[in-house]
Amino acid sequence: MAGDKITKALLFISSLTILLLSAGIVLSLAGGAIPAFREYGLGFITSTAWNPTAGSEEYGAMSFIAGTVITSILALLICIPMAFSTSLFISEYYNGTRTAGILRSLVDLLAGIPSIVYGFWGFYALRPLLVNLGLTDQGFGVFTASLVLAIMIVPYATSLSAEIISMVPSELKEAAYSLGATRREVIFNVVIPSARSGIVASFILALGRALGETMAVTMLIGNANVIPKGLFAPGNTMASVIANQFGEADGLKMSALIAIGLLLFIITALVNAMGKLIIKRFA
Amino acid sequence: MTPELTDNIEKRTRSNGLFRYLVIAGSVITVIPIFLIVGNLAVKGYRQINLAFFTEPAPDTFQAMMAASSGEVIPGGIANGLTGSLLMVLLASLLAIPIGLLTGIYIYENSSKRYAGFIRSLTEILQGVPSIILGIIAYIWIVKNVTRGYSALAGSVALTIMMLPLIIRSTEETMKMIPITIREAAFALGTPYYKMIYKILIPVSFSGLATGVLLALSRILGETAPLMLTALGSPSVSFDITRPVSAVPLLIWDFYNDPNMVNLVWSASLFLMVFVLSMNLLSRSFASKHKYI
Repeated sequence: MAGDKITKALLFISSLTILLLSAGIVLSLAGGAIPAFREYGLGFITSTAWNPTAGSEEYGAMSFIAGTVITSILALLICIPMAFSTSLFISEYYNGTRTAGILRSLVDLLAGIPSIVYGFWGFYALRPLLVNLGLTDQGFGVFTASLVLAIMIVPYATSLSAEIISMVPSELKEAAYSLGATRREVIFNVVIPSARSGIVASFILALGRALGETMAVTMLIGNANVIPKGLFAPGNTMASVIANQFGEADGLKMSALIAIGLLLFIITALVNAMGKLIIKRFA
Repeated sequence: MTPELTDNIEKRTRSNGLFRYLVIAGSVITVIPIFLIVGNLAVKGYRQINLAFFTEPAPDTFQAMMAASSGEVIPGGIANGLTGSLLMVLLASLLAIPIGLLTGIYIYENSSKRYAGFIRSLTEILQGVPSIILGIIAYIWIVKNVTRGYSALAGSVALTIMMLPLIIRSTEETMKMIPITIREAAFALGTPYYKMIYKILIPVSFSGLATGVLLALSRILGETAPLMLTALGSPSVSFDITRPVSAVPLLIWDFYNDPNMVNLVWSASLFLMVFVLSMNLLSRSFASKHKYI
């Protein structure tokens, strides 16, 4: 029937756009990055140079790779105890109660707040607080960015962990309770061991989020094109250097920024693929 | 009971209670930021929200400085951002909703084929791509090659690529919830395949599809990074898709970089947050009301 053929063709063509889009993204990033890699070779990745002065231009990605990895890992470390206790609250201690539902909705709301609002709030509310506490002079730097980043990724880690913890068969838990185990002992000896890989995956996926986060980090990290020298030192991430410098870039500098984008794309895709793979094995 | 045994039980009970309090404390700490952020923005932002806030374009820095120095409300508003956001989100929806729905249906209908599985994996990868990278892509494709300058079209393309995976995934998930019996009943009556899709699959799952679209919209409304590389921003209201336009999040970024405008940032952030969150809540309540598809 004609209608069937047209519909099937329409569905197939739509799916092709995804294929073309994905191929186009990879090819365009790679194509844009060629001048930078041709100029510096693979040394581009390991070099910490960033000098846009005409004539003595030199670019390298390492300062930003380091900034991205440091802020994201630190954010993850801050996020883990928060997300872990919240998911236990929702799926274990108060599973199915109204309180758990409210807590879940509140945590979900955190995921809805736009990145730029986080950045602005961090700048005007959180940064002065850190300065007053005497932790840092200016308030900009890796720690401030990571703190806000941690709040931003908590909902992703929480919702997935909570789901996975609630999937632990109750027979297992009941068996432990019948032997006289306390709740804490059930959590540490039954729930966590049987949900371990899923929980790990939820944190890996949260890390994937943190790696590409742009606006909030750009507003808080201090924008220094060097490897951060400490927790409270300024730096720059791959995403924030693109946000900051893409607008006025051209020629080799633009190619260097696109190359950084390509590297960021590869890193996040690998991290996400790892998380998804663990989840699939778990389920 | 021997004293050692009671001692041991006491210890275990104590650590059990302590851990419970730790979990509760950790959960409370997790939700504190949402109250701090909402409260902070509401207290500092409400003063600037008036009629002019919605009907007038952003003031220039001199006007803002004069108002700030005399302690008055900054004149002007975010009208150029509102229209720009509306234009780009509308255009992105026009592109992303049909392609997303059809691709989602394709994946669901052909889920046993390797090609469909491959497209699903690509969608998952696309969903994980940082939004700033989509900004670079739209810059290379549209700004450099089509409109030869920053444009609303480029911004829309970046937002479209962001929306697509969200809509595809939610479409597939919604379709999975339709009982197979409904399809079988349709085929038993001799319904052709295309009618089954347009007259049964899509209407039956409509509320689920709408939820997915609303969630996708609430995600892209607050996006800033890709628009910085594509739409750039504009001081006046514009509906020309080949020219730069502003957007609410872009205005927040501009205001943020201008110390005279601080009061306006609070208001613009408050507005954006309330708008995005209510859209978010709306889609959730939509989803829970129509639990069966």
